[in-house]
Amino acid sequence: MVIVGELINSTRRDVAGAIARRDGAFLKDLARRQAEAGADIIDVNVAVADGDEVENLKWLVNLLQGAVDIPLCLDSPNPAALKAGLSLCGQRAMINSITAESHRWDEILPLIQQYKPRVLALCMDDGGVPETVEDRLRIAAKLVDGLVGAGVSGDDVFIDPLVKPICINTGYGMTALKATRAVKVAFPGVKTICGLSNISYGLPGRRLLNRAFMVMCVAAGMDAFILDPLDRPTMSLLDASLALAGRDEYCMNYIAAARAGKIEF
Amino acid sequence: MSILSEIKEAMISYNPQWVKELTEKALSEGVDAHSIINDGLIAGMNYIGAKFRDNEVYIPEVLVVARAMHAAMDVLKPHLIKDDFKRKATFVIGTVKQDLHDIGKNLVIIMLEGAGYKVVDLGVDVPPEKFARAVEEHRPQIVGISALLTTTLGQMRTTVEHLKPYRDSIKILVGGAPVTQRFADEINADGYAPDAASAVEKANELLGL
Repeated sequence: MVIVGELINSTRRDVAGAIARRDGAFLKDLARRQAEAGADIIDVNVAVADGDEVENLKWLVNLLQGAVDIPLCLDSPNPAALKAGLSLCGQRAMINSITAESHRWDEILPLIQQYKPRVLALCMDDGGVPETVEDRLRIAAKLVDGLVGAGVSGDDVFIDPLVKPICINTGYGMTALKATRAVKVAFPGVKTICGLSNISYGLPGRRLLNRAFMVMCVAAGMDAFILDPLDRPTMSLLDASLALAGRDEYCMNYIAAARAGKIEF
Repeated sequence: MSILSEIKEAMISYNPQWVKELTEKALSEGVDAHSIINDGLIAGMNYIGAKFRDNEVYIPEVLVVARAMHAAMDVLKPHLIKDDFKRKATFVIGTVKQDLHDIGKNLVIIMLEGAGYKVVDLGVDVPPEKFARAVEEHRPQIVGISALLTTTLGQMRTTVEHLKPYRDSIKILVGGAPVTQRFADEINADGYAPDAASAVEKANELLGL
């Protein structure tokens, strides 16, 4: 299981403020705490902070690399920002994201070939946001074939099935789960990933829905999540569901987490 | 309670089947189809719209009421002579080029239709030229432009600029997560709405309805 810590995101007001006033201590602390809580990668999104995205990202990449020794996930659709960030990353980064939309594909693929990051590939193409499981599988095939064909190792490809909110259509939860399963079957060497917050958009008690969805995703074979690792009940449920899904040999991680007092429910 | 109040009541108690049955009953009692729409269905939709704006109801509840409205409209359709039901205005709407998001836009459409607008939905990834063609073809009073990405806000600006030749005959309303009043003013839009329910109020205000 790969955990991408989502908290350094400029859509959060405290983070946008810290970026704008160059409050390095706040942001370094946020990165460190996520790493300590179990994040494997730290997502970095500066898109809606005041100021120039490229300059903001360069500053933040340099700052965070000195604070944590895990990779960063550069979260932007802007190729100029991704390039600037990738060129500064000492460790192999992740990028969030490429899609099969032709303009985005053409702009971002060369960066992937040059810097060889892990790649979050989102199931969207020129036809728009996919509706069905079949649409997602068709777009995933385009992404996987294109990336692997361009020399990316399947192990570095993380397919995001594109989770849509159940408040719009209650079928969207199962669509994402079935698509995850279908991608795992069709491309065994490739990983799957998703965020947890889209699913609960527009509904009350979002954290509860996010957690329940995460458990279902684990059962469907999801390999990675973008989530808030500081949320103890979420992390505890993740340990528990990995054990239940047979993805924790001898339940050793779960036992260790319990012994360390990390299990919270 | 009058049957029209009953229809409104059925709308806001999330009961599409009841709305449909009451609509049939009202017709059989000789109530005019336009009154059913205006004083029953639209009244109910407006009530829910205001609750939604105030965060008192959730999106699925709005969708259930919209479904009730559609079910009733199906019953009423044969009773509305072509073009007899005067829509209050024509609203052309779309998501800008290179942006594929439509959830917010579709909610705005539900609210507008519920409020009696004729809506022409251009879909997502709509280039400026297509907005302009739709203005020429459908002669709307108002155009709504949506964008959900910070990277496509520039397209919103381009689209507004492209519609310049038509500004005497149309109002332009913009919205979407990254859009602000400040941005709307900067690109010279006529109005900005932060959410679907206020989009209707803003449209009414811009058109003096």
